Amino acid sequence: MLFIGACLIVACQYSGPEVGPPLIIPEGRMVLKFDNIAGNEDLVLDNKTYSNSFGEDLTISKFNYFVSNFKLLEEGGDSYTIPQDSSYFRIVEADPKTQTVILNGIPQGKYTGIEYIIGVDSLRSVSGIEKRGGALDPSGDMAGDGMYWAWTSGYIFVKLEGTSSKSSSSNGKFYYHIGFYGGFDSENKTVNNIKNVKINFAGEKAVVTGDSVPEVRLTADVLKVFNGPDPVSVEKNPGIMFDFTLSSGVANNYKSMFGFGEIKQNSLAK
Amino acid sequence: MDHGFFKVLKRTGLLPGMLILLMQVGISCSSGSGGNTEDPGPDPEPTNSTSLRWVKPAHFPDPVYDLTKNPLTVEGVLLGKFLFYDGILSRTNVIGCGTCHQQSSAFTHHGHELSHGVDDQLGTRNAPSVQNMAWNTSFFWDGNVHVLDSVPLNPIQNKVEMDETMDNILAKLRATPNTSTKVQVDYPKLFKAAYGTNEITSARVRKALSQFMMTMVSANSKYDYFVLGDAAALTTEEKTGMTLFKQKCSSCHAGELFTDVSYRNNGLPPIKIDDQGRYAVTKNESDRYKFKVPSLRNIALTAPYMHDGRFATLEQVLNHYSDNMQSSATLDDIFKSPTGKTGISLTSAEKQSIILFLRTLSDDQFVRSAELADPGVGNAF
Repeated sequence: MLFIGACLIVACQYSGPEVGPPLIIPEGRMVLKFDNIAGNEDLVLDNKTYSNSFGEDLTISKFNYFVSNFKLLEEGGDSYTIPQDSSYFRIVEADPKTQTVILNGIPQGKYTGIEYIIGVDSLRSVSGIEKRGGALDPSGDMAGDGMYWAWTSGYIFVKLEGTSSKSSSSNGKFYYHIGFYGGFDSENKTVNNIKNVKINFAGEKAVVTGDSVPEVRLTADVLKVFNGPDPVSVEKNPGIMFDFTLSSGVANNYKSMFGFGEIKQNSLAK
Repeated sequence: MDHGFFKVLKRTGLLPGMLILLMQVGISCSSGSGGNTEDPGPDPEPTNSTSLRWVKPAHFPDPVYDLTKNPLTVEGVLLGKFLFYDGILSRTNVIGCGTCHQQSSAFTHHGHELSHGVDDQLGTRNAPSVQNMAWNTSFFWDGNVHVLDSVPLNPIQNKVEMDETMDNILAKLRATPNTSTKVQVDYPKLFKAAYGTNEITSARVRKALSQFMMTMVSANSKYDYFVLGDAAALTTEEKTGMTLFKQKCSSCHAGELFTDVSYRNNGLPPIKIDDQGRYAVTKNESDRYKFKVPSLRNIALTAPYMHDGRFATLEQVLNHYSDNMQSSATLDDIFKSPTGKTGISLTSAEKQSIILFLRTLSDDQFVRSAELADPGVGNAF
């Protein structure tokens, strides 16, 4: 029974201002901080103007994404895969508590890197509602930060909205909602915009022991959603959602948006 | 671009199930050969369909739509439902009515200030709710259509919505079932069931869509239960909100439909596009910046708000009315006070109270009803 419990409750999203250490840490933990940036600076919503590679001015009002299926890379080439039921997180720039992810119950070790996917895998995208709790619950407020389309269409992996004087839309805004996991069966093929990410900790190590909880800061550069192999112009395409060509272009850009920030040891074991 | 990836569930065995579902709801059926035997409407067609009796909610006014000219049948409503959701109405075969009018948000486009049509092109206005269409004397934010049967032509022909022609839709429907499109619906069969022959015409398409839209009636909110006699359906706080609403809002959002179906300028500062609203239809100076007063039924489910979706929350909407109105030549008189101040005087507590009441207009049955749901042909993004 204990074993089953440990398997089920191995990760949770930071859910309050006081994340005190538990009295007993039966297994190792690692904290991931998703730090959204714009170029070299911290991302500021609404009140700061950036620009893309076309020189178009941009303010960002919404930047949300799913990350899932985490795997920790160990010194020496081994790896540890976080049990899948505990491996889905929705990061919302306007909601700081979503940006801290705690991986519980991971083996002690020295970790040198991490792998995950941007988006929600196809298997989970077609599974029943009992497999879609927490961050994947589709019943959330779609008018706000909702990240779910519909049964066959799946989740929105990356949602980026903002304003530009160059946008050709009637209200000066731009809307990029990128999803598509490949389609729910062979007759319903879509593009597959799930992207794999591998981040090496640049020679540093995240050391997990009973009383050592590393906090790994990962950066996500919103400007890389615009600037990449398929540069996005807000004048040419103020809205991208379900056009396969346009949407896979954005996905080819955002696959490179993550970077390694830093590691702090003992972040929770004060 | 025709992605063609959205296949339909195999239809076999689905239709009988749906007929049963339809018969279980508040619309009662009578057996027999068509419900229009005593009606000399202009388009009587011999059918073996099952007539559906459309029941007006007791507290609603009489409908505007003339059902004697398009009597509802089980088969006609079902056909209309398929047409409503099927992307076949668009040039790309992806965008259906239900793409931008999604049931879970009372048939609006949840979370979208503006909707995306074919090829991800953005429209200029927020998708209005498709509900209680039976009572509308005009349609769309600027009221440029007066007949329900003609409403679908606007989004069909709009270049950034469905960008299709009725002629081409008819040709595509006649060519079903078409395995190459992955959409396996047999429309000639559905038309035959609804109209007696498998002839597919513009009038039949539009009448079937109207039939389905006639069944999209929202009248089962907590507020409705209260009005119909259940005094406990609303809390004390909600009743306080209702009283305030009646004082402050109901001159325009009037009656059981919560709209007087008028066009008014409510002081929204023009944005980049400078949408002149009703003026574009009438060319009357007095109509500049006027838009239709929308129904408030299901308002808590239909964010964002206003003709351009500029407000994300009801709080923002009420803050606009209390503090942020922009005066202009056509600003509605109701917002002008002798002191020269514009807007509605509302305290924060009053706003919260009104919002509590507005939430009682949400109709769970309406947004969950299986007989209004996508039968498997739709694409919702």
